[in-house]
Amino acid sequence: MKFVNEYRSPKIAQEYVAEIARITTRPWKIMEICGGQTHSIVKYGIDKLLPAQITLIHGPGCPVCVTSVDLIDQAIALAALPEVIFCTFGDMLRIPGSERKDLRSLKAQGGDVRIIYSPLDAVKIALQNPDRQVVFFAVGFETTVPTTAMAVYQASQLEIENFSALVAHVLVPPAMETILASSENCVQGFLAAGHVCTITGYEDYLEIALQYDIPIVITGFEPVDILQGIYMCIKQLEAGIVEVENQYSRSVSYEGNQTAQQLIREVFETTSRQWRGIGMIEESGLKLRDRYSKFDAEKRFNLKDHQTQESSDCISGLILQGIKKPTQCEAFGKKCTPENPLGAPMVSSEGACAAYYRYRQLVFS
Amino acid sequence: MINLSCPIPLQQYPHILMAHGGGGRLMQQLIQMFLTAFGTADSIGHDAAILGLKSNKIAFTTDSYVVKPLFFPGGDIGSLAVNGTVNDLAMAGARPLYLSVGFILEEGLSIETLWQVALSIQQAAKIANVKIVTGDTKVVDRGKGDGIFINTTGIGVIEHSQIIAPQSVQPGDLILLNGDLARHGIAIMAVREELEFETTIESDSAALAEEVLELIAANIEIHCLRDLTRGGLASVLNEIAVAAKVGIEIDESLIPVREDVQGACEILGFDPLYVANEGRFVAFIPQKHGDRALEIMRSHPSSHATIIGKVVADQNWLVTLQSVIGSKRIVDLLSGEQLPRIC
Repeated sequence: MKFVNEYRSPKIAQEYVAEIARITTRPWKIMEICGGQTHSIVKYGIDKLLPAQITLIHGPGCPVCVTSVDLIDQAIALAALPEVIFCTFGDMLRIPGSERKDLRSLKAQGGDVRIIYSPLDAVKIALQNPDRQVVFFAVGFETTVPTTAMAVYQASQLEIENFSALVAHVLVPPAMETILASSENCVQGFLAAGHVCTITGYEDYLEIALQYDIPIVITGFEPVDILQGIYMCIKQLEAGIVEVENQYSRSVSYEGNQTAQQLIREVFETTSRQWRGIGMIEESGLKLRDRYSKFDAEKRFNLKDHQTQESSDCISGLILQGIKKPTQCEAFGKKCTPENPLGAPMVSSEGACAAYYRYRQLVFS
Repeated sequence: MINLSCPIPLQQYPHILMAHGGGGRLMQQLIQMFLTAFGTADSIGHDAAILGLKSNKIAFTTDSYVVKPLFFPGGDIGSLAVNGTVNDLAMAGARPLYLSVGFILEEGLSIETLWQVALSIQQAAKIANVKIVTGDTKVVDRGKGDGIFINTTGIGVIEHSQIIAPQSVQPGDLILLNGDLARHGIAIMAVREELEFETTIESDSAALAEEVLELIAANIEIHCLRDLTRGGLASVLNEIAVAAKVGIEIDESLIPVREDVQGACEILGFDPLYVANEGRFVAFIPQKHGDRALEIMRSHPSSHATIIGKVVADQNWLVTLQSVIGSKRIVDLLSGEQLPRIC
């Protein structure tokens, strides 16, 4: 914790809170892209310390929230196969598919669903179970892509025949552009995700900032990081400046992690991908390159035709883009609760709907 | 005690057979093994234990223990099964006296493992000053259990006139916590999932009765006690807030969490407030007795007791937390279990 405590210092945090209040002269809407930042904002009550004129919008940066319902259904179908050991990160277990089924219920019904902490663990499980098919649910943004790439690369090097990945990886910059290009866009400044930029660097963000005339601050995850990121963003907005600034310089460099990028390029290529609640975004996802296609679970299990419909009651897409608030959803707190979620933002602890639900008593009383 | 040798002929039966639950000679050998480990008690040879309880207030509780792996840093299923039930009695303000131990054993379990668990039960019972007076053993087919499941039932006596219950909690009460949070849950997860951290995190599993009885003996007014098992501190405080119809305010900066545990929680995306403990409790105590109670709690070897907050009048019965940066948030009940986050 030696290098963490200073980013949780009440004194420094309060200084930024005071500075933000001092420089804010009008209303501003800032979107934090990353679910990890949303989590910190809720956990530390950062939004409650800000001037009322500043609205934080929780963006689509929760991988649990944006994985398409088709892929969740495919995951559930795969995990139900008796020959399959289905490996997933823990928080994907509760995400409902099209018929409100989830991996957790499937596990209870006998599916061999295992929580893992690294994709490399799935490769290990494949080696230990040569008579079973091991499928890894490759979910997440640029942050988790390098380890998936490493797992596929390793499986290829070791010529493992019983490992494959159901790839659901998505990329942040195309989602930011989709939000900004929308006629209903209300976002005036971005806090970009520090962990993502640690891998990718931030060259791509310069183009977005200039094209859409919007300040972007690469921001970390500790409370002082987020407050400093907000301060830097407001400072630009108030001065009418548009820049890409790097608050998270202790981790992020302009060019990012070149080794990780090289590995990603070796294994993956970009593809258009469906985002849950938002829809198709061009070139916003990753798929395995042809030379690694034998590790593609969709091909191995012939899942391509598996298409399903999202519940029409869920307006998660509008919520993830900041166009509507969770409380403006008719299903919120009635048909849709954390115990019985309709859409993903109510499932994940980082999801905007779950956060609002948690605070409902104060919001409404 | 550790040098006790297992009375079952290990060479002949190194593993549990279905026959160990069949009522015949092998079952008798198994019972003999437990008697050797647990020592003689009042009820030997009878179908039921006959207990002479000189009190008109008896506390009675039961709990089952299912843990994987059976042995973990800082404890094992045997000590857990004793401490857990002893602690439930202690939280009612009772002096724990007697336990029953029921085993459900999986066919194929090593007798040596069972013997180690039995010895651990004996040792934990000795430390907690309780007697094991009755028990039961069943064997289930291989694949139908995780080696050993244990149920313990406990009886204790209440020797004072205090009403220690959520309904006694009042606005103004201080909330005392007897040590650092989240070690048990993280210790189990680390070994279960083979996670490698820089240090070995040991469970906080411990018997709490002695500490509680000392508070009572010192005439500390205690309104409520609760051990922080599954669901952790956050769940317990929510339960008590609702039961007592009060609000609870805690201060994050006063809640001790060890750095290695905090680090592990951050890697896994867990909030230590919701992680399970097996040797931690909160005490709701009127302000006038707070300092003395803290002094007594701190006199126990592993205790880093601290006052973490207070009870307030609140018609919404909310638990709120002052974050380390000075903001306030609601601490709600979890929806289901905590799951490791992706990022």
